Amino acid sequence: MNKKTKYILSVIFSISGFILAALLNVVVPQKAEGVVFEDYTVFGITTNSNQAYRVVLYVLIIGYLIAGIVDWFHEKKRNQYQKRAAFRFVCGIALFLWDLLGTKLQVLTQPFFPGPAGIMTAFVSEGDFIWTNTLYSLRLYAFGFAIGVITGVITGVLVGWFPKVAYWVNPVLKVLGVIPAVAWMPFALTLLPTPFAGAVFLIAVSVWVLVTTLTAAGVESTPKVQFEAGRTLGGNSLYLVFHVAIPHALPQIFLGITTANGYAFTTLVMAEMMGQPGGLGYYINASKVWSAYYKVFAAIIVMAILFSIITKLIELIRDYFLRWQKGVVR
Amino acid sequence: MSENQNDVILKIDHVNRLYKDDDNIVEALSDINLEVRKGEFISIIGASGCGKTTLLRLIAGLDKPQSGELTLSGERITGADPKRGYVFQQGGLFNWLTVEQNIAAGLKARHVYKENKHRIPEYIRMVGLEGFEKAYPHQISGGMAQRVAIARALINDPEVLLLDEPMGALDNFTRAALQDKILEIRANTNATMILVTHDVDEALYLSDRIVIMTPRPGRISEIIDVNMEHPRQRNGHDFTKLRKHLLEKFHLASEQQDPEYNI
Repeated sequence: MNKKTKYILSVIFSISGFILAALLNVVVPQKAEGVVFEDYTVFGITTNSNQAYRVVLYVLIIGYLIAGIVDWFHEKKRNQYQKRAAFRFVCGIALFLWDLLGTKLQVLTQPFFPGPAGIMTAFVSEGDFIWTNTLYSLRLYAFGFAIGVITGVITGVLVGWFPKVAYWVNPVLKVLGVIPAVAWMPFALTLLPTPFAGAVFLIAVSVWVLVTTLTAAGVESTPKVQFEAGRTLGGNSLYLVFHVAIPHALPQIFLGITTANGYAFTTLVMAEMMGQPGGLGYYINASKVWSAYYKVFAAIIVMAILFSIITKLIELIRDYFLRWQKGVVR
Repeated sequence: MSENQNDVILKIDHVNRLYKDDDNIVEALSDINLEVRKGEFISIIGASGCGKTTLLRLIAGLDKPQSGELTLSGERITGADPKRGYVFQQGGLFNWLTVEQNIAAGLKARHVYKENKHRIPEYIRMVGLEGFEKAYPHQISGGMAQRVAIARALINDPEVLLLDEPMGALDNFTRAALQDKILEIRANTNATMILVTHDVDEALYLSDRIVIMTPRPGRISEIIDVNMEHPRQRNGHDFTKLRKHLLEKFHLASEQQDPEYNI
């Protein structure tokens, strides 16, 4: 079997799982009792959640098919596609089983484990509400994370550069470092003017601790010879800070930022679940009260997608700034 | 390379440098006197601990003497300055900058980048790094990295170039090639250079004068004139004679033992 045939087979293999899932959904009749798909109008189209689930499957099938055709022209991408084929097939089969057991036969305990169509109900029935809450989470995250990173880098450089600053800030970092940021929630919510500001504060604190610690470590670990090189080239103290110490600390700074990113998500969701007027955490909490577990799952899926995109973006930014490391690390 | 006394560019006058440990005092340099003429190539050699690098650091202004004075063109040396370019043994390049950007770093540090950036290609050519402008330090060899460091120091138009064992970490072939490159650069720029080394052959191959230092306390024991035309033959008569003399200085030349040049 030559390479090209192999590749074509891997494309078919990739989408076959999803095709099976779609076939199941279309062909197998509803065996379970009491499953009714109500009609909703989304973007002017009247549909129900089962049809919406099928649309998702079709999008996946067509998407992977197009990707397979596009990747055909690059050998590197072809290899990558082939590597992922098995995983994509299993994803399709998972959807197949889930639909069969969750919706068609309802073997899984309801309402705790709704089928894929059940979860789609949340999106078709109140997609706009989920979107509003997603934006709230995103705004909360953006403010908290940005403030934490900016203040963290500034404090970290000061701590790394001035021993006096290190003397006073290091104990604070040590204490804050061992306390989960959400422990400050009662204070944050009462002392700050709005719940939003309170949550921003919590996220910022959790990010600040990590970014400061690692930035300081990066600045402190700059070899003496690099500073001396800067001085013999005619650089003043400002040059040494901005053109020697900070670039040298950049890998550590980004290590701090990527690690802090995970903490920020945790703090964000916890803060939202405990006292915010919106956000995905709030949505989970509000849905749980009504035993609307399909909505909880829907929110979790949105989180997974949102947080993955944010993480990927941060990685892209990091790779751009650390492009000089290519070939040294990894 | 004039013999005229008025050409003295660097003057080291009764310089002492002590290092204090917890309970003992190390006399790194004791009463050092030296005059370097414009365009001269000086090598400072000696066993480890003789204070040769300390002396170079004092000239650079990276360190200060307890007593005595160092002057460059009549100006007292008080701190690091691009007038005295410095090439470190290793690790002096900025890893996050390309070859080109490393050479430009000095211009940027002095805020004279815009009016001088057209000179960068000339210096890249001078050190033979055409085609490697966009490479990062980890992508080039040790010898190439040192050539970048030399170009980076030279583009600042230093009055004197200080070389701190720049070839210490290189293999023999790369070392010989870099030595020739340094001679070539010197012929083109007529720069004054001071080299610290522990390699007798290297000093003989490159220098107009060799300063021999001895440790505990670090002091100058002898200054040898090397009056040989370039390019020098490493196995020529004068060369081997001077080498023997130098090695005897270190009590290392003996009949039984193969010469050990790296002290």
